[in-house]
Amino acid sequence: MAFIAGLSRLSPNVIVRKITGAYVEVFRGTSLIVQLFWLYYAIPMLFGINLGSNWWIGVIAIGLNYGAYLSEVVRGSIQSVAKGQTEAATALNMSRFQRMRLVIFPQAVRMMLPEFGNYTIQMLKGTSLVSLIGLTDVLYYGDIMRSTNLAQAPLIYLLVLILYFILALPLIWLTRKGESISKKGVASE
Amino acid sequence: MKEPIVQFNDVHKSFGDVKVLKGIDLDINPAEKVAVIGPSGSGKTTIIRMLMTLEEPTSGDIIVDGKNLWKMEKNGKPLRANEKHLRSIRGDIGMVFQHFNLFPHMTILDNCMVAPIHVKKEDKLEVKERAVQMLDRVGLGDKLENYPSQLSGGQKQRVAMARALVMRPKIMLFDEVTSALDPELVGEVLEVIRDIAKNDDMAMVLVTHEMDFALDIADKVLFLDEGVIAEQGTASQVIEHSANERLQTFLHRFRKV
Repeated sequence: MAFIAGLSRLSPNVIVRKITGAYVEVFRGTSLIVQLFWLYYAIPMLFGINLGSNWWIGVIAIGLNYGAYLSEVVRGSIQSVAKGQTEAATALNMSRFQRMRLVIFPQAVRMMLPEFGNYTIQMLKGTSLVSLIGLTDVLYYGDIMRSTNLAQAPLIYLLVLILYFILALPLIWLTRKGESISKKGVASE
Repeated sequence: MKEPIVQFNDVHKSFGDVKVLKGIDLDINPAEKVAVIGPSGSGKTTIIRMLMTLEEPTSGDIIVDGKNLWKMEKNGKPLRANEKHLRSIRGDIGMVFQHFNLFPHMTILDNCMVAPIHVKKEDKLEVKERAVQMLDRVGLGDKLENYPSQLSGGQKQRVAMARALVMRPKIMLFDEVTSALDPELVGEVLEVIRDIAKNDDMAMVLVTHEMDFALDIADKVLFLDEGVIAEQGTASQVIEHSANERLQTFLHRFRKV
């Protein structure tokens, strides 16, 4: 999602650019919870469309929301690759697509990695919101446990926190790994 | 008389309100070595950037090998050149940049191989052989697997030249290729250019501040001043016999340094 939107925002076509621009601003500028409620309650009521199970709605809402954020990361990274790189690729008679695929994109991806890691972890934690549309996630179970055992609330929430952290660990590790692989050869020209 | 490989016909270029080039007429013959000199801001670089299709002229025609670079015809109607049209001509032209612009995520061998393989669809082994040969020629045969960040400025610029040469262009453009280098590295780069000028039969256009070098290798020298070609001719004509006052001041300033 992020890649499609990010690249579309750099398209030479004005219409494509404007449409994705609107998408990004709407989904960045409004709350994820409200988007979830829209997809879950409002859209089926207004249009009679059922978007499938609430699991799918969770996936779609979070996907659209973070896609909007990440598309800006994609766009920013691509634009920050030095202009001389495009010119050198042009001088070698590469097509627009080849310039992007062989020269610009591989360099931009390296710059995206830290941000992508950040957002992926944030997204993992953002999933706790889906309990609000009736999906059962970690927080939801924590809440249930707490309501049967009020005195244990601090302990239960601590466990929930630790659980999230454990889930995030592999992601943190993956980003680190990815960054060190991509550093190869790119100690700024 | 041979047909010129490049022709500029009354080419103008403005950036916003600033008129950089005010009517350039120029012929470059095959295998001719042309040096472009002149004060900064006189539009030297713009000339070759337009030829490399990095900058579109405001008006006028640039003809490369008989084809109009920036204009095309469709069903008899004149149109602005599209990417496809530019690509069909651009393959004959190669360029070396002031800031090298090597691809930092590739080894220097890959830097030299990527375009022939993907753009010209040539055989990988053949390209590799040619790339190695070319890197050898510029004195970097022992650095094939290094990344650009591990090289000095002079070495990077020599890689950039090898990269352009592997494409076998008919016209090579050099955009102030020594300006970003430490003084002690200038020599090694000029040596490579001299070698190319002597042994390859492509046309060359050098935009440069290395006055003595330019005058030494060039068949033709252009003195660009305030957006027009103020003087042109062989090196000795331009240097010794020109009555152009601004040219004399310009040369004098360089000689003194």
